[in-house]
Amino acid sequence: MTPRDPVGRREFLRVSAMAGGGVLIAAYLPSLDRVTRPASARAPAGGYEPNAYVSIARDGTVTITAKNPEIGQGVKTMLPMLIADELDVEWGRVRVEQASLDTAKYQEQWAGGSTATPINWLPMRRVGAAARAMLVAAAARSWNVSPASCTTKAGVVYHAPSGRQLAYGDLTGAAAGIAAPDLATVALKDPRDFTIIGKPTRGVDTRAIVTGRPLYGIDVSVPGMKYASYVKCPVFGGRVGSANTDDLKRQPGITDAFVVHGPADAPLSGLLDGVAIVGDGWWAVQTAREKLRVAWDEGDTAQQSSEGFARQAAQLSAQAPQRSLRNDGDAQAALGGAAHVVEAAYYYPFISHATLEPQNCTASYRGGKLELWAPTQTPASGRALVAKTLGMKEDDIVIHLTRGGGGFGRRLNNDYLVEAAAVARQAGVPVKLLWTREDDMQHDFYRPAGFHYFKGGVDAAGKLVAWTDHFVTFGQGDRYAPSANISPAEFPARFIPNFSLGASTIPLGVPTGALRAPGSNAIAFVMQSFIDELAHAAGRDPVQFRLDLLAAVQEGAAMDAQRMRGVLQLVAEKSGWGQGTLARGTGRGVAFHFSHRGYFAEVVQATVSKAGAVVVDKVWVAGDIGSQIINPLNAESQAQGAVLDGLSEAFGQQITIRGGRAEQSNFDAYRLMRMREAPPVDVQFLTTDFPPTGLGEPALPPAVAALCNAIFDATGKRVRSLPLSGQDLSWS
Amino acid sequence: MRVTFRVNGKSATVDVPGDTPLLWVLRDVLDLKGTKYGCGIGECSACLVHLDGDPAHACMTSISSVEGSDVVTIEGLSPDGDHPLQRAWEELDVPQCGYCQAGQIMAAAALLKDHPHPTDADIDHAMDGNLCRCLTYGRIREAIHRAAGAGGGQ
Repeated sequence: MTPRDPVGRREFLRVSAMAGGGVLIAAYLPSLDRVTRPASARAPAGGYEPNAYVSIARDGTVTITAKNPEIGQGVKTMLPMLIADELDVEWGRVRVEQASLDTAKYQEQWAGGSTATPINWLPMRRVGAAARAMLVAAAARSWNVSPASCTTKAGVVYHAPSGRQLAYGDLTGAAAGIAAPDLATVALKDPRDFTIIGKPTRGVDTRAIVTGRPLYGIDVSVPGMKYASYVKCPVFGGRVGSANTDDLKRQPGITDAFVVHGPADAPLSGLLDGVAIVGDGWWAVQTAREKLRVAWDEGDTAQQSSEGFARQAAQLSAQAPQRSLRNDGDAQAALGGAAHVVEAAYYYPFISHATLEPQNCTASYRGGKLELWAPTQTPASGRALVAKTLGMKEDDIVIHLTRGGGGFGRRLNNDYLVEAAAVARQAGVPVKLLWTREDDMQHDFYRPAGFHYFKGGVDAAGKLVAWTDHFVTFGQGDRYAPSANISPAEFPARFIPNFSLGASTIPLGVPTGALRAPGSNAIAFVMQSFIDELAHAAGRDPVQFRLDLLAAVQEGAAMDAQRMRGVLQLVAEKSGWGQGTLARGTGRGVAFHFSHRGYFAEVVQATVSKAGAVVVDKVWVAGDIGSQIINPLNAESQAQGAVLDGLSEAFGQQITIRGGRAEQSNFDAYRLMRMREAPPVDVQFLTTDFPPTGLGEPALPPAVAALCNAIFDATGKRVRSLPLSGQDLSWS
Repeated sequence: MRVTFRVNGKSATVDVPGDTPLLWVLRDVLDLKGTKYGCGIGECSACLVHLDGDPAHACMTSISSVEGSDVVTIEGLSPDGDHPLQRAWEELDVPQCGYCQAGQIMAAAALLKDHPHPTDADIDHAMDGNLCRCLTYGRIREAIHRAAGAGGGQ
């Protein structure tokens, strides 16, 4: 491939004088695929865009703009750490400000896919390093010495030979006249010299959180604001026939009520039909809502149910897959010749994101311009959706990013933004749309349910030689419902010589979407559970069986098998795998999974009472996310939270569909893990010579299978469907 | 109806329908946004406040029932945000998204008043009503123990 655009031509800094005498720096930065490859493989190709701001005040205060939405993943702290370290300032003198949506300036502003670290690791450091180089150049010029003879430390430039020094704040005027260095060649610190990266660093909003200061979308207040609910059909995608909006308008505290018809071709993630109720207070709106009567046109989705899906899946499983996704070797012949063959059907349910802060958005429409305040993971997509739906120009829409009370992928969709915008425009007043918990749980974009029908075979030597998987999922033909697809390269493809993967789809009217570690959160459960079944069928140790499987890697594998072996060996060592004996009813399970560029292996120890109650005693985690843990304090917390999230999903979470609607609507029926159920989680990171990658997601997937494998070890009962609640796990 | 009560040591009089939950009076009438809405049915405790010294779900407490009562919210837990629990929460960097943490801290503060040096079992019991969707439970537990060591129950 010929580089179209050599590094350096467009990778530059713009410098301009800032009001108040500071320096304002906008950097042009490369795109994701450029920065995620190992350094040796990185190609110098084009695609540089502006996306970072740093300012240094005369008093030495450094203000760093955090460009991405913060949803609890710690990015509002982490990205500024990268800049501040290379800038060589004290973290205590850094102020962090949340950017509003401005893609012309910041380009990529979104939260998802554990991408913030791989996208920004080098670019953000270069921003800081370039700014430091300019401050050094300014000092050197004023002293008439070579920049190379100067050093920096904690926001001060030093010239050791003459004993002179200048603080950054005293250099802002001079630095504004310095030519910007080439971002591609600006010198970066040796990691051994990091003063902020790698140091445990508290969240920049932690104090505001523990003192109850307003930070979240739900906390937004604008002058003249009213409160709104938007009531949609309980059956997904249903339409409004008629509604008693005139009655509602007469209810106390209600200022407006009207029907909104979404575009006829609106997807489930767009503006759906609904009834808007607007009032002086949110409680008045809820009180009036009880009097709402709507004649809904429920549509065909009303015929769909979880039971129906299970029946269709069973029928499909008896046939050949509708589509073959992969065929290596001859799986059928290899099964015929295998010493042990295992056949198993796995199932996992729809689950909900259940962000603790329900979806909400505050909207103000005035003179053809719209201003939105929202916790969204994808503000640019939200702006595009609102512009398209309301027939506005994107330039007439401003979006302010608030902290999100959880995201987990729910806020990748912007349905609540377009609802708030539509209601505010029609009502003619600023409104805060706040969903009830019931709205939130019954109008989610669920992790899709799925069915896997496996056959596997091991030979007489205990080697996994044959594997077939018929994946029954949701979609129309080969168009999968969101997050209901599987990659033909998904593990264990390319690790088993005779391998086939096929898929069949069931039409679905239920909205689905990405939920923390999308795809992987379900796939790891089924793959790592069935591999465990085969290990036991072969009479092999589950860790050794997996190490051997990883050693059988062939060309074209989707992951680096050596890295996975590394974390698997580490977690076995840290957990004391295979050492000592466990009490009856106590068992251990292991699982690994590669996702979001991260390698994770986990061991769960669980104790099951004779009556079948499961308690997780402890979890050990080993992860490889590259050469540097940027913020160890948050990294540990993210990994622990992700592991417990997986266990929480496995224990009690499921959304069942009946009559085209979600049956669960609140936390009494949708069970999340509580403190007494949360085991200690020991987290170890294996640092390797690869670029650092993200951590919001990849620690989650192995936890589910490791738990189920531990239950098998404890009870002899194989868990082939989730959730665990309601299953008989008793033993004697 | 007109209701007069004390919030964080100051008298407040509001005029709202009597069935309005305390939560919405705090948030939308008195502009105290630290107390959060999570479920509306007392299942998550994001709305936990102290009502006459005891933990209470603000989402389930009608305003008519708080006439003359003393309400403390996260904003009034300490004068300068330096309650031992708040300090411990900061030191250990407990929050991820942070949305539940005001309710967690208020539940923990009520626990420490009665059990200045709680056991893990005491903590499990007292915190059972509080959901943390980010699952920061390990650090919450550690922070409570740390605050107890620093005199959090005094």
